[in-house]
Amino acid sequence: MSKKMVNIDGNEATAYIAHKLSEVVAIYPITPSSTMGEWADEWSAQKRPNIWGTVPLVVEMQSEGGAAGAVHGALQAGALTTTFTASQGLLLMIPNMYKIAGELTSTVFHVSARSIAAQALSIFGDHSDVMAIRQTGWGMLASCSVQEAHDFALIAQAATLESRIPFLHFFDGFRTSAEVNKMELINDDVIRQMISDELVQAHRARALSSEHPFVRGTAQNPDVYFQARETVNPFYTVTPAIVQKAMDKFYGLTGRKYSLFYYVGAPDAERVIVVMGSGAETAYETAKFLNARGEKVGVVVVRLYRPFSAEHLAKALPATVKKIAVLDRTKEPGAGGEPLYLDVVNALMETGRTGIKVTGGRYGLSSKEFTPAMAKGVFDELKKDEPKNHFTIGINDDVAHTSLDFDPAFDIESPETVRCVFWGLGADGTVGANKNSIKIIGEETDNFAQGYFVYDSKKSGGITISHLRFGPQVIRAPYLISQAQFVGCHQFTFLEKYDVVKYSMPGGTFLLNSIYGPEEVWDHLPVETQKSIIEKKLKFYVINAYDVAKATGMGTRINTIMQTCFFAISGVLPRDEAIEQIKKSIKKTYGKRGEAVVQKNFEAVDQTLANLHEVKVPAQATSKVGRIPAVPAAAPAFVQNVLGRIIGLDGDNIPVSDFPVDGTYPSGTTQWEKRNIALEIPEWVPNLCIQCGKCVFVCPHAVIRAKLFEPKALENAPATFKTMDGKWKEFPGMKYSIQVAPEDCTGCALCVEVCPAKDKSQVGRKALNMVAQPPIREQERVNWEFFQTLPIADRSIVNVKQVKNTQLLEPLFEFSGACTGCGETPYIKLLTQLFGDRTMVANATGCSSIYGGNLPTTPYTVNQDGRGSRWSNSLFEDNAEFGLGFRLTVDKQSEYAREILPSFASVVGESLVSELLSADQSNEAGIKAQRERVALLKQRLAGVNDLKAKDLTSIADMLVKKSVWIVGGYGWAYDIGYGGLDHVIASGRNVNLLVLDTEVYSNTGGQASKATPRAAVAKFAAQGKGISKKDLGLIAMAYGYVYVAKIAMGASDQQTLSAFLEADAYDGPSLIIAYSHCIQQGIDNQRGLDQQKLAVQSGYWPLYRYNPALIAEGKNPLSLDSKDPTIPLKDYVYNETRYRVLVQSDEARAEELLKLAQQDVKSRWQYFKQLAAMHYNGE
Amino acid sequence: MVDLTTTYLGLKLKNPLVASASPLSEKVETAKRLEESGIAAIVMYSLFEEQIIHESLELDHFLNQGADRFQEAMSYLPDMGRYTLAPDIYVSTVSKIKQAVSVPVIGSLNGVSTGGWIKYAQKIEAAGADALELNLYFLPTDPNLSSTEIEDNYVQLVGDVRKSIKIPIAVKLSPFFTAIPNMAKRLTEAGADGLVLFNRFYQPDFDLEQLEVVPNLVLSTSQELRLPLRWIAILSGQVDVDFALTTGVHTTEDVLKAMMAGASVAMMTSELLQHGVGRTAEILAGLENWMIEHEYESIQQMKGSMSQTSVGQPAAFERANYMKVLSSYRQQA
Repeated sequence: MSKKMVNIDGNEATAYIAHKLSEVVAIYPITPSSTMGEWADEWSAQKRPNIWGTVPLVVEMQSEGGAAGAVHGALQAGALTTTFTASQGLLLMIPNMYKIAGELTSTVFHVSARSIAAQALSIFGDHSDVMAIRQTGWGMLASCSVQEAHDFALIAQAATLESRIPFLHFFDGFRTSAEVNKMELINDDVIRQMISDELVQAHRARALSSEHPFVRGTAQNPDVYFQARETVNPFYTVTPAIVQKAMDKFYGLTGRKYSLFYYVGAPDAERVIVVMGSGAETAYETAKFLNARGEKVGVVVVRLYRPFSAEHLAKALPATVKKIAVLDRTKEPGAGGEPLYLDVVNALMETGRTGIKVTGGRYGLSSKEFTPAMAKGVFDELKKDEPKNHFTIGINDDVAHTSLDFDPAFDIESPETVRCVFWGLGADGTVGANKNSIKIIGEETDNFAQGYFVYDSKKSGGITISHLRFGPQVIRAPYLISQAQFVGCHQFTFLEKYDVVKYSMPGGTFLLNSIYGPEEVWDHLPVETQKSIIEKKLKFYVINAYDVAKATGMGTRINTIMQTCFFAISGVLPRDEAIEQIKKSIKKTYGKRGEAVVQKNFEAVDQTLANLHEVKVPAQATSKVGRIPAVPAAAPAFVQNVLGRIIGLDGDNIPVSDFPVDGTYPSGTTQWEKRNIALEIPEWVPNLCIQCGKCVFVCPHAVIRAKLFEPKALENAPATFKTMDGKWKEFPGMKYSIQVAPEDCTGCALCVEVCPAKDKSQVGRKALNMVAQPPIREQERVNWEFFQTLPIADRSIVNVKQVKNTQLLEPLFEFSGACTGCGETPYIKLLTQLFGDRTMVANATGCSSIYGGNLPTTPYTVNQDGRGSRWSNSLFEDNAEFGLGFRLTVDKQSEYAREILPSFASVVGESLVSELLSADQSNEAGIKAQRERVALLKQRLAGVNDLKAKDLTSIADMLVKKSVWIVGGYGWAYDIGYGGLDHVIASGRNVNLLVLDTEVYSNTGGQASKATPRAAVAKFAAQGKGISKKDLGLIAMAYGYVYVAKIAMGASDQQTLSAFLEADAYDGPSLIIAYSHCIQQGIDNQRGLDQQKLAVQSGYWPLYRYNPALIAEGKNPLSLDSKDPTIPLKDYVYNETRYRVLVQSDEARAEELLKLAQQDVKSRWQYFKQLAAMHYNGE
Repeated sequence: MVDLTTTYLGLKLKNPLVASASPLSEKVETAKRLEESGIAAIVMYSLFEEQIIHESLELDHFLNQGADRFQEAMSYLPDMGRYTLAPDIYVSTVSKIKQAVSVPVIGSLNGVSTGGWIKYAQKIEAAGADALELNLYFLPTDPNLSSTEIEDNYVQLVGDVRKSIKIPIAVKLSPFFTAIPNMAKRLTEAGADGLVLFNRFYQPDFDLEQLEVVPNLVLSTSQELRLPLRWIAILSGQVDVDFALTTGVHTTEDVLKAMMAGASVAMMTSELLQHGVGRTAEILAGLENWMIEHEYESIQQMKGSMSQTSVGQPAAFERANYMKVLSSYRQQA
């Protein structure tokens, strides 16, 4: 049978086998494992069977803990079951993993190994998670590459069935899970031969059965638990041999040979690295390279990590070995060494290989690069008589001095391998095009191909850097390209900020998308780029891809155009053949989306070559422009030295000493990262403006602001600074201005959409209109700087109950990296405006924690007094409890302060004590007065040398009312954190929970859950969700003492405002469920507010407030704030792709589900109406 | 017993009443009810060129949105495998209706360019449509675009479609041509087997509160019959092609007038939308009664009997007629 070669990533390669070998799959999304579950769900939706001919049942659970429980149950009932996870998800599975292993149950969990959140969360790859389960009794099999991930998924299943030991099959998150590589697909015959039906039957026979009943899961006492725990030893003893047997059988069937500890290198090596995971490929390719140049080194690749076979390891090591460096991709603070190191030391001791010097070191945490240069650095260190132990490689540790030196210029890449690097913008399709190119080259030629894609953490305007390798040999290079023959820069503006051609090797080719033609482009390049092009003797090409895209209807997607350029000038394929293959690929990729899409892509290809030009490179760098610093000179030192270097893509070179030791970072740093990602920004027309403030209210990025100020404040105003007379009766004689932060605006246009003020002579013109940013950038930058110097309104005299007045409140959440037009961030911004520096935010992991707290810069900021909201993120699942902890501290410490305050009456004054204890803080004026009292209290206590006085001083701020907000997405609130949320709202404590309801797991790619509405399609609900959305508000209302509001800013800003104020005012738990439009719903965010309105008009999203405080007044606590439905549900839902694609894929089901969904709306509306009509006055 | 049969586009019809393109043909059930109430042929709802293109581009846009730009989310919607887009649904509906009814089914394509969408003419033919109605509707807003260019484009389009399919083609026109007879002649020469007069446009309205332009659907009235009536009367003796009268057909009398002007069929939608599919039977019964009362033997007998060439006073359809109306108005005043 001929080999079937495919170009896929590690997750797909793994899921392919797992799906073939399972009856039940329980899943839950977590990066970077999510796509394994998505594939499984999608394949089952497409009715793809397993090797026994039945379609696996794929079930999404509410958390990884839930998934593990479901897996455990399915296994006990006899099904072949699997799951996929990573990081915190794996930690949540640990309790069940002990049970599954203790019961000797055959299963394989597939893990894309990822960092554990410690001083910070990281989604990237290392072994911190898998190392945390090594005590559970599971077998652990590590893959180094995409092919191995595919192969070991099968070997692990064969081994678990025979050994009865459950297996964790893992590979490096991102580096392997997301790397696209050419590999051989295992055919079903091989799978069938690897999996013994007898063993499958035996697995079933061990399941719970009424035919041969038994109990499993007993409780045991001191008399027997110990002995019973020791019964399993023989199973572990034989497992290494079973795994090797499976590997040997696999070799016979496929020709791919594996061993538990694979040694590669000189047979007489003296220096050896022991390593596990993708880094092993780098290490052994480096060893081969060094040995070819006369060295004697080797590498032991650890594949079976548990059960750890000392015997097999010892056998794998050449007798000549004198020194070993064990590399761990994890950190275990306080331990005698990292786990693999300790295992190797122990194994050598136990097998009598005591003459070997062993060192241990850490590498590659959180996907930190591990390059051949670093591997060589480790080998070189071993040459020393006393090589450093407990070292690190790849960083500059100038604190504990653990790091080894290495030469970054060391390179082992084969000249046969074509290396290409592409700089793209997230939205321009660069990554998609590169994945396509890999398929073309990998599938249509005999060449091997590899692709790895690097993204920044911004959800709007983010950079992508694609690293592609092509060559005649299998590509084993799990590290980024440093010397590329081809570099493509798909955005001209990148040149202003980054050293784009740093990846170019001398004599390479540089392709630039430029609005400047071949004759003029040179003078527009930064001088640094000019110098590099000259020094490296690069061949330089330009194309105006945006012009071609515009002419061919491609919009801003320049992917096909740049791909055509790449093939045309790189020479990886003959030009005509390449064009033919691109078109074939377009047809394949886009054909199912309709002919029009195919045609416009064809046109783009056809028009590209005529617009591609080679630039004659001058001999001298003459440019008058240079690269722009990452942050302005005015930024604080930490921003300059640390955050600025991260922004400038130089974070890898920041030494350890520059970092805070405990994950504490300064607030308000987004203001220094001028991203300039908007092509257009709003321009204010004062004479049309009615000063309603709606633009400021809805702005997701806090870039459009309003101020009211004395006319004299305008003395030094720039000439173009716009103002008008203020229209506030309570503040007469004031001037008013709206100003846009031009370099921070993302150009979403929501402000223009919401602006109600139209020009009576030209209705298409409003008080805000989008205009091109570049021509006004500088002018508006100056205006923005001036605007910031204008005074902020005194919040104690602003009536915050009116939407119009909220524009005068300073936001303490600004310029986040959220998606352009995000539907969540306006609510968060409003929250910080309303409650200011007395806000404490506990933020669940998800979109809001990423745009809220992902380095380099963070959006929570400080006010003009230097005070700001407090923000922290704990985990995904615990956020309600985490926030409750805030409240408990506030309650306890304010109580303590109140307890000890009276004892200082003689020192600070009776009246001050009395006022502090009886202060009315129900409004801003009262809170302001209390702040002043606390300041006075501290002042009067300052000279008192008394322990209690110091205690009181340290907690005196707790006497000022705090507003504790527990913020998160629906994944947290409806699913993984629901148990905690339920407990916290039931606690009766004064906390406010804000649920940003996008109705899917937005951050991990749109997976469904209980908040996903009926009839919508989402990942994990590819057939359309068949059941209706969980009514979280109704559940919370059932307590009777929880304030609940359902809001949608686009439908009613006033109701939104009222809900926030009432929630804060209510002395008990409050829950606000906020409709948050999101791109994953398949809408343009610019239309998000309209869509919110339709959701309310259709009755799908009824607006209401349930305020228990009203019950005491004899009033019904529930007020329905929206009217009876006025439009059918379909008029709302079919504006969204998530609903439409179901019509396009399964019209009958769509019709049926829509009917049910419409009925849901009717029933719910009637129910709420009845609730709202109930009498509470005792009648 | 009177003979209600007529021939349109070479199709032998049991009577001259045809359901014009409308939502009534979106469902097989309604199509069956149309047949049951006596309709002689069904023109399918229109498949719009813009719809084909828009839907494809829109799907592409939203599936691309957010894709491959953030490391935790390479996409936001699952791959549905295949997407049944409007043209596929259309072709499938043609096929289903064709199987469900025995009266002729005429496909309807609405567009103005000669792009890839024309291939749907072949798909509609393959789905079993008995004929195809091409609805040519282009609203020129560019002052630099001449009528000649537009007209040439129409003729080219009809010619292209003619070459691509074998079933008869009818062309549905707007009344906004400077020289309707010449246009009718050119389209006929390009391959049209029938002309449908006239397309009826939904004109946008203004919302004075929101200061927005809003779509506004107003159903036709019998008053609107006059325009197509006049032009069919003028053209029917001069251009050798089948005519269908559409717009303003609400009553038995409207159908009779259409026939007498020279139309082969009268097409109806608004009346059926307003008063139900059952109106077909009533109008047909009225038609038969009227013909019996007035001693007409067949539709064929009255067809074109009041066309410009038949009426004996050709000026009645020309400008002189306009002057006469004006003068009579003054007299009344």
